[in-house]
Amino acid sequence: MALALIAVPLVLALIAFAVPSERARPWLLPACGACHLALTVAAIRAPSVSAVDGWLDLDAPARVILAVLSTLFFVCSFYIPGYLAAEGQQHPVRASEPPPSSAGMARLLQTSTDGANRQFCAVFLVFLAMMTLVTLSRSLGLMWVGVEATTLASAPLIFFHRDPRSLEATWKYLLICSVGIALALLGSFFLGYSALRAGLRPTLLLDQMVQQAPLLSKPWLHSAFVLAFIGYGTKMGLAPMHTWLPDAHSEAPSPVSAMLSGALLNCAFLAILRFYRICSAAGEATFARETMIAAGLLSMAVAGVFMVRQKDYKRMLAYSSVEHMGILVLGVGIGGAGVFGALLHVVNNAFTKGALFLMAGNIQRAFESKSTDDVGGALRRVPLTGAIFLAGFFAITGAPPFGLFLSEFTILNAAVSAGRFLVAAAFLGMLAVVFMSMGSTVLAVVQGKPRDGDPDSGFREGFFSVAPAAVLLAVVLLLGVYVPRPLEALLREAAASLDASQEPVDAPVGPPGQQRFAQRRVAP
Amino acid sequence: MSNAVDPLLVLILVVNFFAVGTSRLRALITASAAQGLLIGALTAAIHGNIYVRGLLITVGAIVLKGIVIPSMLERATRDLAVRREIEPFIGYGASLLLCAVGTGLSLLFARTLPLAPEHQGSLLVPAALATVLTGFILLTSRRKAITQVVGYLILENGVFIMGLTLVNVMPFLVETGVLLDLFVGVFVMGIMIHHINREFASIDTGHLSKLKD
Repeated sequence: MALALIAVPLVLALIAFAVPSERARPWLLPACGACHLALTVAAIRAPSVSAVDGWLDLDAPARVILAVLSTLFFVCSFYIPGYLAAEGQQHPVRASEPPPSSAGMARLLQTSTDGANRQFCAVFLVFLAMMTLVTLSRSLGLMWVGVEATTLASAPLIFFHRDPRSLEATWKYLLICSVGIALALLGSFFLGYSALRAGLRPTLLLDQMVQQAPLLSKPWLHSAFVLAFIGYGTKMGLAPMHTWLPDAHSEAPSPVSAMLSGALLNCAFLAILRFYRICSAAGEATFARETMIAAGLLSMAVAGVFMVRQKDYKRMLAYSSVEHMGILVLGVGIGGAGVFGALLHVVNNAFTKGALFLMAGNIQRAFESKSTDDVGGALRRVPLTGAIFLAGFFAITGAPPFGLFLSEFTILNAAVSAGRFLVAAAFLGMLAVVFMSMGSTVLAVVQGKPRDGDPDSGFREGFFSVAPAAVLLAVVLLLGVYVPRPLEALLREAAASLDASQEPVDAPVGPPGQQRFAQRRVAP
Repeated sequence: MSNAVDPLLVLILVVNFFAVGTSRLRALITASAAQGLLIGALTAAIHGNIYVRGLLITVGAIVLKGIVIPSMLERATRDLAVRREIEPFIGYGASLLLCAVGTGLSLLFARTLPLAPEHQGSLLVPAALATVLTGFILLTSRRKAITQVVGYLILENGVFIMGLTLVNVMPFLVETGVLLDLFVGVFVMGIMIHHINREFASIDTGHLSKLKD
């Protein structure tokens, strides 16, 4: 089953490469999404999906991330056929340039739209397979290979538009993330060395590491965590290593941005969680948690500052991703119920951000601009898109009754009950800053009247360009009022496995009216 | 571990200094190739008795790091008519000084870390750290896209040397995966360099400055 989860997208990627029809090819993505989701559901329900001598398996946190990844891909994939068809019309085949002498390298990246469509579909599926590999791998080495492979697979997707801006974004993304991930590999080796130094049989298998953790050499363990946190933190977009993220996420095609923000960043988060788990099993959780709280607050602050008067609404969404990644590590750093809150936040943030990026794509296609200088009155020109974008804004800033309110409140609650009042105050203050600065950009986009004399871009809302985002947002709304029992059980199990003290998480979560589900204990 | 290990590591450190001090791109690429070959030799020396796995990794490292990747970069410079690194952010003298300081600090830092008995007195850990730092210096102080890729390669070399302390741990699959990822990474970067050159008629990353707040 574990192997099938990785193999199915890879096989379909090969088929996508072979399919001649430009119109049929993108429909392979929803087909793959459906298979992947079905396999994911089966894998999550199975007690164990161990394969290849225990190298592949799913633990509780990985189940959460895999479920989010698979669902988001399935829903977003329906947006892609329409998107690619429109892109194909917009950018007719460029006059083919005389092939330069280093054409060998360039052959993979053709300039014609046919190449673009084919490459997009195939690479997107490989990208899905590599993200799945990250969630499934139980060896830190294999996980590293997976994370690096996601970088390489997503680079051509970011370069989709083939213009100087996307070129710059792709170059920064490739170089900064590759270097960051190289440091994470160094961290993984340090971890292996800490076992070697302690005279243990060294290994990079996660389960054995957790068992041996108390015996590991502490200085090496500390260095390993710092390096891995910097490395995978770069990939996750934590400040101050986030510099590539606003460029890459704003220049990539919108469905790609949705997957980058909603799925890929979470994979990097999972990698950090795995190192954190070893640290906490070694009794060094305090050190790791303080690092995470500091990085989380810094990310929120940096994102807040750069969101003020941000004219590019996709860039604004990208900074919002930096902010929410900060919230995730902050939640884990606070501990206790904060871990549960952070994991619930993973789900909420992924779906909301996915919906927002898809709608940003619609707005960009309707106005042919990403700047609020040219965009206005989205509610009039593309009413459904505008409405979902506005609702998504309220959701992402944590307004009730959306799910993010619940998860952010849980983290805040955990901070207060842990006695971290300063952290709680800073958290609230930064949420307020983000709300205000995001609000001014979003309102400029949706309100007002479309500029007179704008040429009609020809974009019309269709079922597949609106429904995926509507579904995602509906799920987030549902999660705000009711967390389904299986999901709650999954999140609790994942939170318990990450909790340093191993105490059952039973602190009340959510505001008073919503404590019903929180106090309902789930049988193990 | 054989006696050849420390001399090889010293040579790798010398290559670091050479790479930081040169302005000619051809020389830089040759240096990275030399370092790749040295790392291949180092792998063989550390694996000691050559059995199939050790042989495969040694050959893989030599072929990829010493031959394939440098020749890819070499071709790129030939096609692009780029010869020299111009106006680095940090001058060559200062870079050399930084590299020396970094190497010294690596030696000191490795002393404070508790080493396993078999690595005490060996240069393995400090050389790995110094090479990582050298890669960093190249990455941050140069403007040309090719130099940055070579910086990334040297940084990866440092990580690879650290990985050699764990030869018995690192499963074959991971070692191969690391080499493969490196290869594909440089390949994709090569493609991007090609596009940067076509777009701007130069591979100066100073052109990449449109995206900012």
